[in-house]
Amino acid sequence: MNGSQSSSGKSLVWLLFVVMFFAHQDFWWWGDSSLVLGFLPIGLAYHALFSIGCALLGWLAISKAWPTELEVFADEMEETDSTEI
Amino acid sequence: MTTLIVIIGYLCLLLALGFFSNRLFRGTSKDYFVASHSIGPFLLLMSVFGTTMTAFALVGSTGKSFERGIGTYGLMASISGLVHAGIFFLIGIRLWAFGKKYGYITQIQFFRARFESDGLGYLLFPILVLLVVPYLLIGIIGAGKVIEPVTAGAFPMLFDYPTKPDWLGGIPPWLTGLVVSIVVLSYVFMGGSRGAAYANTFQTIVFMIMGLVAFVFIVNALGGLDKSGKVPARITETGAIVQDFRYDNKAKELKANDPPKVIGKVIESEASDLANSQPHLSRVPVTAEFKKKNPKGELVSFERELGIPFWTFVTYLFIPLSVGMFPHLFQHWLTAKSAKAFRLTVIAHPLCIMIVWVPCVLIGAWASGILPPAIPPAAVLSKMLATLIDNQVLAGLLTAGVLAAIMSSLDSQFLCLGTIFTNDIVLHRSGPKKYSDKQTITIARLFIVVIVSLTYALAMLAKDANVFDLAIWCFSGFSALFPVVFAALYWKRATKQGVIASILAASAAWVYFFHLSGYGGEYFVGPGIVPAAICFLVASVALVVVSLMTKPPSPETLKKFFPKLN
Repeated sequence: MNGSQSSSGKSLVWLLFVVMFFAHQDFWWWGDSSLVLGFLPIGLAYHALFSIGCALLGWLAISKAWPTELEVFADEMEETDSTEI
Repeated sequence: MTTLIVIIGYLCLLLALGFFSNRLFRGTSKDYFVASHSIGPFLLLMSVFGTTMTAFALVGSTGKSFERGIGTYGLMASISGLVHAGIFFLIGIRLWAFGKKYGYITQIQFFRARFESDGLGYLLFPILVLLVVPYLLIGIIGAGKVIEPVTAGAFPMLFDYPTKPDWLGGIPPWLTGLVVSIVVLSYVFMGGSRGAAYANTFQTIVFMIMGLVAFVFIVNALGGLDKSGKVPARITETGAIVQDFRYDNKAKELKANDPPKVIGKVIESEASDLANSQPHLSRVPVTAEFKKKNPKGELVSFERELGIPFWTFVTYLFIPLSVGMFPHLFQHWLTAKSAKAFRLTVIAHPLCIMIVWVPCVLIGAWASGILPPAIPPAAVLSKMLATLIDNQVLAGLLTAGVLAAIMSSLDSQFLCLGTIFTNDIVLHRSGPKKYSDKQTITIARLFIVVIVSLTYALAMLAKDANVFDLAIWCFSGFSALFPVVFAALYWKRATKQGVIASILAASAAWVYFFHLSGYGGEYFVGPGIVPAAICFLVASVALVVVSLMTKPPSPETLKKFFPKLN
């Protein structure tokens, strides 16, 4: 993955994160108590799907914005922190 | 009695796991504190998830849904799935990298180095300890509150309280708290962070499975999913709140109440038409009045707000930010074998939350149509099981599941307090060479014993506290400290003075609201804004303003914590 791909991937993940935040505030179902599949209140069903969306976003973040360089940095020879105060 | 035998059997299994993990212990302090950075993806997921889910996950979610309805899931669970996963990705991996690279074991070591300040450690230490202690109390008090109703009547010769309501009169909370504390102490003492990781994994699997088992049995007892959906309390045309059904213990089935049983009435609501609505299945705020018996047996009224105010829902997102500053979670992150070990946690954590919370929230909403409204929220799950499922083995297994959720948080917190005291106070003051590795482990173990003893004593003093409101205050404190860890990792210009100002501002705001809440009650500002949101904003402003007014960190420090990565 080159730099620009990584950068656009990160931007996409951040954009979706913000979209998810707004999607969480589902005021449109607030007073709706209708049941999905006969037992699941729609407000709960929506947020259960939201949780699945969070997992998909996590997968996307790992695919498009994984901090490989940080992993390499950590796995380079470990240093004892002599500057710790 | 059978229920109790199952619970004791479960606790013995945990002790056996403690002995097993002790055999894997490598004898070094690094292994005791951070399992020698050897924990793989599955153990990391289970230990991180088990640690973040306390008694709140099973007992609290059910109780909160019984009070406020299904909005509980969006309020606390689904937003946590988003925020927690984001924090694991943005904060957890980065802290793990610095911890592994520079040998940090505690948050305070990282902050001292990042902000070039010894005093910062001494400022943070008491604050972190004071915020973790209520969290520990939640576990010990919560365990007592869960065990008491499921063992009610099991030992009439020993623990008989005929004057108390039927959810009391079982094993007293002091005994449950003592046993739970000793069991957790045993495996943490023996196995350190590796022992906690193994125990957490086992316990997380147990409480996830048991939550689902409870759900399936309750659904069956209610006559299937379709019928369950009709059970929650209903508001009539006249504004009365009624229960349309009751559970017939002899027939073992749900029967219609004819006429419906009136349990309360609507006092106030924003909604114009509530007739025939089931308030626990939506989020419209409704103030209702119910009745309960006082200790003299007289009927007295009490008010409860059903539903969730919109601004409470929006601002609750600040509460899950707390995981970014949990010292016990920091320690779990550092146990990871590699950054890749985080991947499963980032993806599966929101799903695990869903698996545990959705069934519990549904059970809580259904309970509103069956149980008396005055039942304490913490007793709702136990009471539903006792009412609907007359099976002592199952009740024992499900109670073990709740204890598992509680203990999988307690162990990490006990260990973390021992770790930060040993490393940030004792070794920091004496220098790393004064004590051998073996002596360091002994100091940590001794401190863990002291912390467990003190926490148990405090839990007994505060045994009547509303543990779940206390939890929210604890999370609010940690979330108010979140700007510090975020700035430490992502803002070069953050300074020691800025961070100290931020911590002091967060503490002052938190203490102010905690005082206004009557020291631990539910409290909202204005239209329903949670105090954590204001504490967070105050702390952020203090950090930015004071940092910009003071001298930036040295180039060496910036180079160390903001390396040029290829």
